[in-house]
This record gives sequence, C-alpha cells and structure tokens, in this order.
Amino acid sequence: MARISKEERKTNIISAALKLFSEKGFYITTIPDIAEKVGMSVGNFYNYFTSKDILAKELVMYISEYLGESIRKINDQEITTEKKTYEIVSMYFNMADERPEMIEYFLRVYLSNREVFGDGCEGMICVSPFVTEMMMFFNDGVECGDLHDQDFFSAFGLFMGYLGGMVFLFGEKILPEPLEWYKESISQNIYNALKTR
Amino acid sequence: MPSKQDKKPSIIWFQGVTCNGNTHSFLNLENLDKLLNKFEIFSHPSLPSTKDFDSVTRCSLECDIFIFEGTYDPLMKRNDVLISKVVEYYAKNAKYVIALGSCASFGGMFKASAPHRNSGLLFNEQEKSGPLLNQQTKIINISGCPIHPEWLAYTLSMIEKGREVEIDDLHRPIELYSTLAHHGCTRNEYFEWKVDADNFGEKEGCLYYKQGCRAPMTHASCNKILWNEVSSKTRVGTPCFGCTEPDFPRQNLFSTKTNMSIPEDVPLGVPKRSYLTMAGIAKTFHINRLEGKLIDYKTTD
Repeated sequence: MARISKEERKTNIISAALKLFSEKGFYITTIPDIAEKVGMSVGNFYNYFTSKDILAKELVMYISEYLGESIRKINDQEITTEKKTYEIVSMYFNMADERPEMIEYFLRVYLSNREVFGDGCEGMICVSPFVTEMMMFFNDGVECGDLHDQDFFSAFGLFMGYLGGMVFLFGEKILPEPLEWYKESISQNIYNALKTR
Repeated sequence: MPSKQDKKPSIIWFQGVTCNGNTHSFLNLENLDKLLNKFEIFSHPSLPSTKDFDSVTRCSLECDIFIFEGTYDPLMKRNDVLISKVVEYYAKNAKYVIALGSCASFGGMFKASAPHRNSGLLFNEQEKSGPLLNQQTKIINISGCPIHPEWLAYTLSMIEKGREVEIDDLHRPIELYSTLAHHGCTRNEYFEWKVDADNFGEKEGCLYYKQGCRAPMTHASCNKILWNEVSSKTRVGTPCFGCTEPDFPRQNLFSTKTNMSIPEDVPLGVPKRSYLTMAGIAKTFHINRLEGKLIDYKTTD
C-alpha cells in the first residue's frame, strides 16, 4: 500500500476538521474526534497542528486561499465585469453546493467565534488572499468604466453579504430552489447595483 | 597662447517659455561662486555674462554647454529671432545640451499653453519626438519643477571634470534619478503601517493615500539631497507632485485617485495585488504611537 505523504495527511486533517467544525460546532468538536475521523492517533495529530486554535486559523487561511485563487482565475480572464460577476457568484454557489463545509465553516465558525481568531488572525491577516482578489475585481471594474466608483466596503458588503445570506438560507433548507437556479438573477442584481450609472 | 582661464568650459543659458523657476532655484546653490569659477558664462538671464544677448541670438558663438530652460515653442521669438533657429544652431555646435527643468525635458507646465506644438527638447511627455531628435546623444534632461540646484551643479561638475554622466531611458542622470522621492521620506513608518495624514502641514501621517503624494512613483532625490539642505515637500507635510516625471503636471494634484478606495497607482514596480495584500494586513494593526501627535506620545503608554 502506498504511503501517505505528510502533506496529504495534513490535507486530510483539514478536510475532516472542516466537516466536523461546521457540523458540530467549534467548541463541541474535540481533537480526538478529528484524529479518529482521519484515522490517526491523537499524539500524531499534534505533529501537524499543535492546538485546536491553530488548526482553526489554518482552516480560515485554507478557505481564503482557495477562494482567492478561484477569484483570481476569474479576474485574469479577458471578460466583462458583468461576466466576472456571474462567474464569481457561480464559483461561490458551486463551492457551497459541492464543499458546503468550507462556506459553513466560514459563516458559522469564523464569523461566529471571533474570540478564537483574535490573536494572529484579526482583520485581514487570515482572509487576505480572498479580500485582495475582491479588491482587484472592484479596482479593475472601475478602471475599465464598468463599475461606479464608491467606497470599497460598501461594495464588498453588498456583494459578499448577499452571497453569504443566500448560502445561509440554502444551508437552512429554506430556499425553494437549488442554488444553481439563483445564479443568474443574483449576479444580475449585484451587477445592476454596482454598475456605472 | 591661451591662458588657463580661456580653457574653462563655456555656458549659454537660454530660455524658452518659462517662469524662471530653474534660474531662481540655481541661484540658491550653496557655494554657487565656487562652481561658477570653473566655467565661463557667455550668457545667462540673471548672472553676469561675458557675451551680449544679441550675439547669442545671432548664432555667432560657440559654446561647450548649451542649457535650455523652459518649454520649447517653435513659434516663440527672442530678440526677434525664432528660438527654433537658436536651439538648432547651439544644439549642433555645443558639446552638451542640458534640458533644464520639466518644461525643457518633457513639455511640463507650459506645454499646456499650446499643447499641439509645444514640447521638451527631446521628449514630448513620454514620447521621444522633440525637435532635437537628431542631437539626442548630447542631451541630458534634468527634470523637476523646479530643479534642485545641486542636480545641475552635479551635472556641470561631472562635465567639467570630463566624466561621463550616465543617463536613464528618459536621459536623466542615473545618479540623481534612480532613487524615488519616497526614499528618505521621514514619513516612511506611516506609509508602512498605513496611517494616513488627514491634513496638510502635519508632522504625522503618510500623504500617499489621501493627499495625492506621488513620491513612491517618482524618480527624484528630494529626500536624499534635501532642499536648502534642510527639508523637502513631504517632510513639511505637502505631497510630492511627481514633478520630475513626464506626465507632470497631472490633474488634481492634492488628491489621490482611487477606484473603490483602492489607489489607482501603487508604488513603482510593486504589483497591485502584492500592494493590496501588504496594505490590508498592515491596516489591521493599530499602533498607538503612530495614531496620535508625536509630541503627545509617552513611552509609558
């Protein structure tokens, strides 16, 4: 049997922890729970992450880097800002559908347990790759004349707050339709709110 | 037999469309007399000269260094002679041509009076399409609005000593223009931590984000070779206007152009993504010492 590399083992821990934290909550989930799910001893777990808090921060960075990389691929395309808006919405909803634990973790753990993330993960530190790409999206949109110039956080809140809200409703099984069904109308709403008047 | 005095390099300082700013700045040079002793001034608008202005405009002299100050306007006349004729003659006969100030270098402020025809001697803003294209190997641009007197003193001294003045792509001396105005700015700690100045003239805060400061994008040594040997614009709380660059003067000099709160121009050579990452993280932290008045900060805080 092929030996699992240390990097693969670390990815397995991240996947398992994301699922457990988002399903059971941060405080209820224990390190033995995570170790058991991955199939390793608790002692070995500590070779990868020295505490639950450190793991929690790594998970935020992991999600932020994943989102940042996905948005960067969209930003780098030679397409209109309207199309980019759709692509970002689509990517976000696909992620919520296929890897719900990532968004769930972000919404239910990161945003709801600020005391865990206060030291070393405050402000932009852990979410920088994701926020930076959203900055690039807005900057490029204004520069090419598609979007109207306004305060960054006003625009950022409108975009990501909307998506976060929809994914929350989806998670709560309140939405009557699958997320896919909302992509077009929501991206259109966002673009209409942001575009040059 | 020529005396040692006769061997001094000769200078003709000739003006196009100008405010005399570079002339005035040069007169503030510390030890001006020592520098001038090394040259023979054939003609200068303010300094004692050995030749009369008529002989300059008659194109009857031969000089080593032709200094042109101001924007080049091909229709302008001095002494009833088109300056285009005077410039052409001396550019051909002089060993060096110094385009002094941003007007002479790139068109500058006075290009605006006739933008379709005015330019610098070699450059029209960024574009190398000025009237002295055929003499470009002789041309040294000393841009600035105005120039720092030491910049001209350095260039003249190098020429006088027979040393090569290395120049950049815009024909500016590398020794003077390879640094940015940002280098040596006393506000650099505020720039690093993204603490912005809300008003002009304050000792605290960085002028880049709110006040239009162009220092991180501007090739100049203003914070290295200080003005009047003591200060610079940014040190007293006024933004750098980027006056040494070909796009000077820009619009809205006292405000920073942003797109959704993101600066349109970021420090030279820094990818915007990298800058935003760095700036976003730096803004996360609040450094008490940098957020109040310097004189109010107590080390026991």
